[in-house]
Amino acid sequence: MAKVKGDIVIDVEKCKGCQVCIPACPNDVIGVSKNVNGKGYNYVETVNEECIGCSNCAIVCPDGVITVYRKRIE
Amino acid sequence: MDTVTKDDIRKPENLIYKRTNLLTDKTMSYCPGCGHGTTHRIIMEVLEEMGIQEKTIGIAPVGCSVLAYEFMNIDMQQAAHGRAPALATAVKRLMPEKFVFTYQGDGDLAAIGTAETIHACNRGENIVIIFINNGIYGMTGGQMAPTTLPNMKSSTSPYGRDVKLMGNPLKITELVAQLPGTLYVTRQAVHTPAAVRRTKKAIRKAFENQKLNKGLSFVEVVSNCNSGWKMTPNQANEWMVENMFPFYPLGDIKVNED
Ligand SMILES: Cc1ncc(C[n+]2csc(CCOP(=O)(O)OP(=O)(O)O)c2C)c(N)n1
Ligand code: SF4
Ligand code: SF4
Ligand code: SF4
Repeated sequence: MAKVKGDIVIDVEKCKGCQVCIPACPNDVIGVSKNVNGKGYNYVETVNEECIGCSNCAIVCPDGVITVYRKRIE
Repeated sequence: MDTVTKDDIRKPENLIYKRTNLLTDKTMSYCPGCGHGTTHRIIMEVLEEMGIQEKTIGIAPVGCSVLAYEFMNIDMQQAAHGRAPALATAVKRLMPEKFVFTYQGDGDLAAIGTAETIHACNRGENIVIIFINNGIYGMTGGQMAPTTLPNMKSSTSPYGRDVKLMGNPLKITELVAQLPGTLYVTRQAVHTPAAVRRTKKAIRKAFENQKLNKGLSFVEVVSNCNSGWKMTPNQANEWMVENMFPFYPLGDIKVNED
């Protein structure tokens, strides 16, 4: 059966660490980094490989810093 | 199947979502998690999908979104506090072929600008009004607005809004829906993916309506001001669902046929 796998790219320098993307993700892919970016925000990062490329996180991100990819795997 | 790497997935042909080019590269001046940013983005996505970037003129308000013209990559003009509907009226009447919209907070639209709002709606100006309702004056430090909920704390109602003393909150969206000049009036939100998708549809309908020349489309977005409410963004969104939505229920209030 065809399966989809996704991945996101977070522009960590532009992320404000607001965390509204975290509850939007159905697969708990996103978590808060221990590190801070140049503006001093604890940015978010992917914490597992379960992304399905649904775009939910990107759609709720107020700063539009998430890019989403999705690939069908036959 | 397990051999698929991130590099295999991150290819241009697999791209399904990226920030629209109709937002400039500037970092938006909003607090982390503020709904202003999300709303800016979906307005710009609608203009991109309709292919009307060069035909659209936006009017920025006074309030946190006073600098909207720095972030929206379209022609814009900033108006005096509350006067955006009057300026939009002038722009649309002089250039009827343009798509014209205002972007206003509740202090701008429902306090100092109440007269401009009501008269533009009642005249049936062929414009779009996008109304961000966060229940307080965000920019100036979280003071009480006409939209502040009963018992809601703000910096000028630290014990909560006492309606006996401070009057009732104003549901201006229900009010403008009564006026003959409004064609489409809706109340939405941007706190979840589903809500964002619905709001984007509403904004699309509002802009499509401008082609009909039949009156004003009014889209309220109930939004958080997490800084003013003194909460984290996710707490503010939960508070909004529990407290704002019962008073400001989401959904269409007046709808025209397509
Ligand atoms: C004529 C005038 N009166 C008052 C102000 C001060 N002022 C600036 S922003 C603002 C209220 C903004 O609140 P709102 O429209 O709700 O927008 P928000 O900042 O919450 O997005 C006020 C009263 C002003 N700039 N000009
Ligand atoms: S695209 Fe969907 S699954 Fe992937 S991280 Fe974002 S919300 Fe989670
Ligand atoms: S919603 Fe956007 S800005 Fe906020 S934490 Fe997530 S990626 Fe960062
Ligand atoms: S003060 Fe409130 S409305 Fe203004 S940017 Fe911050 S959270 Fe948003």
